[in-house]
Amino acid sequence: MKKKYFAAAVFLLALAWVGSTLIPHGNSGEFDLASFGRLPVLADGRIKPLDTIARTSLLMLQGRQRVATADDRELAPEEWLLDVLFRPAAADADRIFRIDNPDVLSLFGLGSGDNAGKVRSSFAQLFGLGSGDKVRFSFAQLQSGLSELDRQAELAGPVDAPARTAFQRAVVELREHVEYYSRLKYSLQTPDSPDLFSDMESPASLAADRPGFEAMEKFSLLRAIPPAAPSTRVDDWQTMGQSLLGTLSSRAVNPTARFYAALALAWRSRQSDAFNTLVQADQAGLAPRFPAAVRRCSFEAFFNQAEPFYTSLVLYVAAFLLAVISWLKWPFELGRAAFRLMALAFLLATAGILARMWLEGRPPVTNLYSSALFIGWGSVALCLILERINRNAVASSAGSLIGFGTLVIAHNLSLSGDTLEMMRAVLDSNFWLSTHVVTVTTGYASTFLAGFLAIIYIVRGVLTRTLDRATADSLARMVYGIVCFATLFSFVGTVLGGIWADQSWGRFWGWDPKENGALIIVIWNAVILHCRWGGLIRQRGLMCLAVFGNIVTAWSWFGTNMLGIGLHSYGFTNAAFQGLIAFVALQLALIGLAAIPRSRWRSAALPGAT
Amino acid sequence: MPAARPNPFLVLTSLRLTVVLLLLSIVLVFAATLDQVHLGVWGVQEKYFRSFFVFTQIPGTGFFFPVFPGGYLLGGALIVNLVAAHFYRFRLSWKKSGIWLTHLGLILLLAGEGLSGMLQKDNQMRIDVGQTRRYSESFRETELAIIETSHPDYDEVVSIPSALLTAGASLQNPALPFVVKPVVYYPNANLQMRMQVPNAPPSVATPGEGDDIVVTPAPVTTKPDESNWPTGYVELVGPEGSLGTVLVSTLLQQPEQFAYQGRTWLLSLRAQRDYLPFSITLEKFTHDIYPGTDIPRDFASTIRLRGDDGRDDRVVRIFMNNPLRFGGRAFYQAGYANNDRTTVLQVVRNPSWRIPYLSCALILLGLVIQFGIHLFAFFRRRLAPASAAPAAPSP
Repeated sequence: MKKKYFAAAVFLLALAWVGSTLIPHGNSGEFDLASFGRLPVLADGRIKPLDTIARTSLLMLQGRQRVATADDRELAPEEWLLDVLFRPAAADADRIFRIDNPDVLSLFGLGSGDNAGKVRSSFAQLFGLGSGDKVRFSFAQLQSGLSELDRQAELAGPVDAPARTAFQRAVVELREHVEYYSRLKYSLQTPDSPDLFSDMESPASLAADRPGFEAMEKFSLLRAIPPAAPSTRVDDWQTMGQSLLGTLSSRAVNPTARFYAALALAWRSRQSDAFNTLVQADQAGLAPRFPAAVRRCSFEAFFNQAEPFYTSLVLYVAAFLLAVISWLKWPFELGRAAFRLMALAFLLATAGILARMWLEGRPPVTNLYSSALFIGWGSVALCLILERINRNAVASSAGSLIGFGTLVIAHNLSLSGDTLEMMRAVLDSNFWLSTHVVTVTTGYASTFLAGFLAIIYIVRGVLTRTLDRATADSLARMVYGIVCFATLFSFVGTVLGGIWADQSWGRFWGWDPKENGALIIVIWNAVILHCRWGGLIRQRGLMCLAVFGNIVTAWSWFGTNMLGIGLHSYGFTNAAFQGLIAFVALQLALIGLAAIPRSRWRSAALPGAT
Repeated sequence: MPAARPNPFLVLTSLRLTVVLLLLSIVLVFAATLDQVHLGVWGVQEKYFRSFFVFTQIPGTGFFFPVFPGGYLLGGALIVNLVAAHFYRFRLSWKKSGIWLTHLGLILLLAGEGLSGMLQKDNQMRIDVGQTRRYSESFRETELAIIETSHPDYDEVVSIPSALLTAGASLQNPALPFVVKPVVYYPNANLQMRMQVPNAPPSVATPGEGDDIVVTPAPVTTKPDESNWPTGYVELVGPEGSLGTVLVSTLLQQPEQFAYQGRTWLLSLRAQRDYLPFSITLEKFTHDIYPGTDIPRDFASTIRLRGDDGRDDRVVRIFMNNPLRFGGRAFYQAGYANNDRTTVLQVVRNPSWRIPYLSCALILLGLVIQFGIHLFAFFRRRLAPASAAPAAPSP
């Protein structure tokens, strides 16, 4: 009776949760942070909202968006950014520099125990949730050691990036982060500026500020001043420093410059009414002049806050658990609930990818981050089809597992900065990005899918009694079909890549690591097919080869990018490299598991098992 | 039934052999990818792909022995395997047409890559704004150019590929009244002025012919951002004996001058040249970056192309993903130098460049037919029982 409504109930619950994430948050405090977050600036070659600046900066500096202050309050990303821009002394006390390397910590006379007392609750710590607070430090904590950091980074500088030791890498990275943070502080005023707004009233005070403006022009990370006449040329956006230096000769203060100066005053003196009026007036003024930019920025701020990929990550976990449990109990109801959750997560991921495509004006895959999103998306799409055909929760579990895994990878890739990057000239071809890159990524996705389906076969067969003959045969059909699909797509994708290379570099094939990686995937899939056609392998052999396909694909996707890193630095400290090694080891272990004689498989005891 | 004696031809047709060859190819490609860190992309191509065997040196000796089949051998064996299998199992039917097309395309692809390996020439052209060039230069090969400047209205050039300089033999040319004898040749070297290195050994060069420069041999580099600077000494020998020993190096900007019998020659070691039957003038070079970044947005060369036969005189814009194909060569925007005053074009001459396009079209068609047949069969099987006995609604 209850069973009957289970799938529907789970789905409605999930739908309600997804709906709640899509409702724009109101402002929790009295400041209109949401409107502030939507203000457009030019950074890294594109116009983006300040909300994106705040979030990507925090992800890059400390690996998460939440900010812990010295007195253990929590700040929203916008609040933190406002502090950095307008109240740098306060921001200096926020613990936003993540330092994992103990040797680097000792440069500053710090240890990972220095923040131990500040972990919020021992309960969180018990589950490893609060542990992050131990490795995050404030600018103020680092200040005394900055000259030593500079010296160490200069020592490490001449060493080729791939040959650096873990310490050297950490030192260079931290210095880049400190520099980034310091430059951010110069973006809208000088850090020690007493009151720019009242200086604007008197030309003499402004003239006295000239050195500060020059520093701002030099260091600013943001170009916050839009061109006077409505112009779509991004080159026309100015830094605050440029604009103020112009004011010194023209005597006319740019309205946006005046607005930010006034905003600084309101934020410093905690006048929320003045702050809100200013922000809303500025937004209203920009909208008719730059309708496209304002629309995109508003949408991007909403997109950042809705975090569709995080929501779908959670849904994938739930779908995976339901699918796996369905092999033991309630196969029909739990299987159906898993399918629906996966479909919901898929829709959300689709919306997220479409949103990114609209924001960027590009095909779906433009960098490693978006390739992770797309590989997950493509695999899940195939699994939705397979699950409709086979309705045994196998494809649901494989799909949700890949969906989850690729989103975790994507999250880790997002830590290096804004993921909506500008395209280098050589890659700047929407035609090839949408043909070659999409097909070859689909090839990756399907090779992974075949491998994950094979893992399910092996794990269920060896460790459980749930792999009956029908399931085994249906898995074998799926794996075989997906390998065919993968062969087709990886081959076509590789060939299209060759044609692109011929068009832009003058050679169809150059034996470069990425090309070789794709070639190995094609050959490996061909090997699987020929082994099967020639009767060299049966079901179990097919599964083992398909699992090995995971290794081949992971190598091509990530390993080739690490060539510079992994082979030269024998420290093996790079997290991604360790991840790859662990993944490969796991696949080999699974192949080893499959090599256990058939009679020892737990499913072998079942009547009707192969 | 008596066991049939294994026919050697059958081994060639076997699917096992195909699988073994494919696996060996994977190992080869993987090893070559890893070795790129040490050898660079060109070195790897020579060692692994454009060879019949991969050789390795026994440490401490000059002896090389083959350790693994190279690209030509594996590719050739795959072609033989494919052709033999198709002869042996030849059956013309629609069901097999996909496999046929795929494999035909594959043979073509392998053969085409082999041809490219043998025929393709990669050169570059560096042109300053306003400058006109009528030759491209090799990336890696150098030549010794001996230019006679005595004629009032033309120069006579004799060029000797540096491959011959390493051989150490005497080189004769009817245009030269002397014999060129390579004394020593370094694929890479550093040059310093003698006064900076007071303790350096004396130079082999004749006084005035580069003896004020100290040559230090350097290991060959394969890093993409470093260059090799081939350097050497050549002795010029006339009927009456040695005329002098001259330092030549790609690092020297000015050629060494040499006078004999009232005629004057310039000697220089330079990148090997390929003269074109047309000229290219760089009219404009543009290089945009995204504001606030150093990411290149676009770089483009506007060039004027003039054929020697007077039939071509036009302005062409070469930019990323938009090469110029002309005179059997393709010109690509490869880079820029000299504060955006110089463009670097890559010039590729590959008569077989169309083969991959044709073979890929064949393979694609073949795969679509082959997997399409599978897919149809799969859906027919699925739909057949469903229409015969509709599934009963579950209670």
